[in-house]
Amino acid sequence: MTKKKVMIGMSGGVDSSVAAAILLEKGYEVIGVTMKIWPEKEEEGKLKEGGCCSLSAVDDARRVSYKLGIPYYVMNFQDIFEEKVIDYFKDEYLKGKTPNPCIACNRYVKFEAMLNKAVSMGIDYVATGHYAIIEYDENYKRYLLKKSVTQAKDQTYALYNLNQEQLSKILMPIGDYTKDRVRERAKELDLGVASKPDSQEICFVEDNNYGKFIEENTTSKIKSGYFVDTKGNVLGKHKGIIHYTVGQRKGLGIALGKPMYVVKLDLDNNNVVLGENDDIFSKTLIASDLNFIMIDKLKEPLNVKAKIRYSAKEADAMIYPMEKGKVKVEFDSPQRAVTPGQSIVFYNGDIVVGGGVIE
Amino acid sequence: MDKKIIYMDHSATTPVDSQVLDEMLPYFTKNYGNPSSIYSIGRESKKAIEDARERVAKAVFAQPREIFFTGSGTEADNWAVKGVAYSNKNKGNHIITTTIEHHAVMHACQYLESDGFEVTYLPVDENGLVSPEQVLEAIKPNTILISIMFANNEIGTIQPIGEIGKIARDKGIYFHTDAVQAIGNIPINVSELNVDLLSISAHKFYGPKGIGALYIRKGVKITSFIHGGAQERGRRASTENVAGIVGLGKAIEIATLNIDDYNKKLIELRDRTIFEIMKKIPFVRLNGHQHKRLPGNVNFSFEFIEGESLLLMLDMKGIAASSGSACTSGSLDPSHVLLSIGLPHEIAHGSLRLSFGKDNTHEDIDQLMKELPVIVERLREMSPLYEKVKRGN
Repeated sequence: MTKKKVMIGMSGGVDSSVAAAILLEKGYEVIGVTMKIWPEKEEEGKLKEGGCCSLSAVDDARRVSYKLGIPYYVMNFQDIFEEKVIDYFKDEYLKGKTPNPCIACNRYVKFEAMLNKAVSMGIDYVATGHYAIIEYDENYKRYLLKKSVTQAKDQTYALYNLNQEQLSKILMPIGDYTKDRVRERAKELDLGVASKPDSQEICFVEDNNYGKFIEENTTSKIKSGYFVDTKGNVLGKHKGIIHYTVGQRKGLGIALGKPMYVVKLDLDNNNVVLGENDDIFSKTLIASDLNFIMIDKLKEPLNVKAKIRYSAKEADAMIYPMEKGKVKVEFDSPQRAVTPGQSIVFYNGDIVVGGGVIE
Repeated sequence: MDKKIIYMDHSATTPVDSQVLDEMLPYFTKNYGNPSSIYSIGRESKKAIEDARERVAKAVFAQPREIFFTGSGTEADNWAVKGVAYSNKNKGNHIITTTIEHHAVMHACQYLESDGFEVTYLPVDENGLVSPEQVLEAIKPNTILISIMFANNEIGTIQPIGEIGKIARDKGIYFHTDAVQAIGNIPINVSELNVDLLSISAHKFYGPKGIGALYIRKGVKITSFIHGGAQERGRRASTENVAGIVGLGKAIEIATLNIDDYNKKLIELRDRTIFEIMKKIPFVRLNGHQHKRLPGNVNFSFEFIEGESLLLMLDMKGIAASSGSACTSGSLDPSHVLLSIGLPHEIAHGSLRLSFGKDNTHEDIDQLMKELPVIVERLREMSPLYEKVKRGN
């Protein structure tokens, strides 16, 4: 019998490295790939990390692949990444929203472009080092996406856009590992990446300074405007809407004598609306661009736990189907800083019900 | 499970010939003396270098003292371009080159531009040829150097070096040619061709990696870059790579001695492959000139697919090929050479370079032609554009 082939996306980090090792142990034919997504930047006199072709990710991933004895390739996804992730990221901020680029990357780059490429090459699966579990469930008669056993590391929030076809071709081998166990395995395998720190920041933005990134990479003029209170009184000047996000308190650059928070980004008037703590709580929201995994479609109200950002706690809520495929979410208790542009993901216990984008 | 590898990437590099290796080996262990030393094992090393220099000189019809060993072909290119530019900047600051040079010349020229030099990049025609007339027209009173590659590493096109050399000589302008791909494939006589500087790299003709040479015609004004010793007559300091130099000497001797037989064999493999690909696979384009091309070079674009996936799938079948130059495959950008010959972006992405060598056989081509059409069809099945075109037919 011929082995099933898997293309694994490797970042050079500990998670994808161990994932590759696990797949080998399970008997797959494994092919390591690093997506080349970063824009070309060459400055005379400034050594590019990793030399000839890029960031140190490639060096690490290549070293791990050779250690594991698997073929390794760098594949170019620059164009699609720029269009679907970077441009989207900039456009959303310019529209006064707060995007999540990782979700866009998973949706369009890793599990669409990379998966399609793998399939076209006769490869059976795409794998990643995400902390999530994909299983076919006989009761639901569907592929389900479930939370990782490492709750603190769970990445299902960023994966809710996967459809059944995609889920049937994706493997996430470290979903039932704890982070500690992953690091142990990396050490046992002597992969040389066991102690690499977790990545936290947006991969294409230096120093996490996204405002600077947008200013440097857009032709749109970033105009300063006014901070106003909820009644419209001017409180001060801001340096451009893109620099703020709903719920933000620090770094506003004005002294107001009491804690004030960003309540809303008012694009039409180029205002940043500030309010007090109570003003940033909301009990309902509308989500659009939905994808459901546990169910085919939302036909009737459903009781769920909902998460309104990657780091948010889950909250009890009812979701109601609306026209045009939208969903109304009603929380049992008001939620802090519901942020347009961010995703909301619904859970039923460990199972991802689905999710959408907050309007 | 070790698959047999069918190696079809000789433009990237070649295996070291066993005769070459045999000559090199003593210089790692037995004859390890520093060539600059006065005692016997030092002198032996020195003699080995000078013998190799003679062999290189003979291969290109130059004088031994016009041959300078370098660390690579890239170093030779850099030295030629920058060295002539800096040494002659009082005479002028204009350089003529083409848009299809290897990065070693192209990036060196771009570097010079940032330092006040002016560079004309001559465009090429759809076959990758630059015409002598273009060169003539581009010459200005302040032109100090013309650098045009002998044969292109990606599409294999061979330039009219003799005619360009004549123009350069008539105008009194230095002429450099990057002959890294040409040595061992095309007979070269630097005097007849009026070449002033010529770059060589050993690993392209069954010699070792990490050794190259620059032919510098006697009397050419050129600045040195590596200071720190009297080696290479003071022009390129550092203790010589004796074994590498010996390997280069032997390899170039074999390559130029057997050039006719070698070419005959490669041309046969090349033309058969070109014929079969055009016959068996629709929507292809042969890149480079039909006849004025390196004997072992085949370069095709396949519409509707990406070269990247094609190479990976060939690799999985044990066939080693390339999408362009080995140096650019890391970046996976469409090749500047293919863009220069007028290929649109999306087609420039879908190219395949096969470069044959002495160990390739007709069985290898059989195997290639068994796999390639299947792979191309499979990759095209995923392309919505291809579906449309197919239905349209």
